[in-house]
Amino acid sequence: MASWIDRQKNVLDFTLSSLLRRKGKNLALLAVYTLLVFLMASVMLATSAIRKEASTVLREAPEMVVQRTVAGRQDPIPLAYLEKIRDIAGVVSSDGRLWGYYYDPVVGANYTLLVPREDGPDPGTVTIGPGVARARMASTGDTLEFKGASGALIELVVGDILSTDSELVASDLVLLSAADYGAIFGPADGLATDLVVRVANPRELQTIALKIAERFPDTRIILRDEMLRTYDAVFSWRGGILAILLFGVVLAFVIVSWDKASGLSQEERREIGILKAVGWETSDVILMKFWEGAVVSLSAYFIGVLLAYIHVFFFSARLFAPVLKGWAVLYPQFRLIPFIDASQLTALFFLTVVPYAVATIIPSWRASVTDPDAVMKGIR
Amino acid sequence: MMRRTRSFGLFMLGLLVLFVLMAAHAALSVRGAGPVLREEARLVRRFELTDLCLSTEANYTRHLSLADFHTAFQDHPLALEHFPSGALLGPPPHLRRSHGQLD
Repeated sequence: MASWIDRQKNVLDFTLSSLLRRKGKNLALLAVYTLLVFLMASVMLATSAIRKEASTVLREAPEMVVQRTVAGRQDPIPLAYLEKIRDIAGVVSSDGRLWGYYYDPVVGANYTLLVPREDGPDPGTVTIGPGVARARMASTGDTLEFKGASGALIELVVGDILSTDSELVASDLVLLSAADYGAIFGPADGLATDLVVRVANPRELQTIALKIAERFPDTRIILRDEMLRTYDAVFSWRGGILAILLFGVVLAFVIVSWDKASGLSQEERREIGILKAVGWETSDVILMKFWEGAVVSLSAYFIGVLLAYIHVFFFSARLFAPVLKGWAVLYPQFRLIPFIDASQLTALFFLTVVPYAVATIIPSWRASVTDPDAVMKGIR
Repeated sequence: MMRRTRSFGLFMLGLLVLFVLMAAHAALSVRGAGPVLREEARLVRRFELTDLCLSTEANYTRHLSLADFHTAFQDHPLALEHFPSGALLGPPPHLRRSHGQLD
């Protein structure tokens, strides 16, 4: 056992010397490799954290949302629908939600205006999300102007600002009274933006949804399960953002590995030839190349994942921010909670370290089974 | 003779220690995130919210789960349009239901 360890140490020592002889090339390779692992790990960590947080937080979302479609567009839904919905067996309660989007021409940001059903702000005041406060540089007691449906400017006093802890769910929220909502968007007597339905038994959701759809063919129904699955799907491996971002990175990694697997440089071939000439066995050469691959890939994996962790959870994935931010002015500045998915890190390990190690060994094995003289002369 | 091996060993050990520290930081952060998650969940329940606020660029990326395909001529996720977030965030799965496996 001791001799086996000594052998590994000797080969590793030789490998490190060999790597240091081509310092520039190997450092560049390590940098590129680390960058690829960093990008893949950043995407994985960020999306996994968003998925986990969404699944935790949105468990409290309404069980069922009913929207109305008129002439191919979502339209306010009559509150008269509520009575018939409440008549359906299994429905505990049903209420209208008043909410809408408001484009603020002052800063060019979009807000989500919402009327809380209970404990909402008094008429003339608003409670704003932290993102709105940032965009408008507003604090409690300041006045925000909104352009009303009649064209008149409506001034609302900021009564409260939601805590920065709520950034991920309420960054762009403007909570206001039903009267102010009506003044901004026009009176909506007997109408709501959509309806929320609560049921006694969650297993009856599908049946109740079908009954609502039968009674009101102009509606579409979104279940809480569908809301949860949306985030699970959009931020999963197969989801849009991951698939698109990972595609480029994986392709780059394949090119690096392919370059390694497709052959050795003249200098590396000569080195193998000399080693064989001085008495190294094929297995020694392969062991040396295994260590070479392991040194580079393990270093790149650990450094890449650590940098990705810092990037995502200490700097709020700043590199990806422009993707989600797009042309928006109001951008939620949330700090993701580091829910680490160990299986994803393991998958990343096998996706990056193993193929590279194999790609390093194959051409070396080809070179080491050839006659040393031929290898040194550069003949295959 | 063994200097480089030892240096590399120490280097890898350092990285492993940092890795363990990273896992410990994550575990502690998740444990300490209880109040934040509770506050978010409280707001979701109180205001009957349906989505996370990840992007405020387009309605279908602000309210991902309320996006739809069926309203005529409406932009939708992955449509050829000019919002970067819309081009990257896919449509919700309930819009991609198939009627059955054909293969």
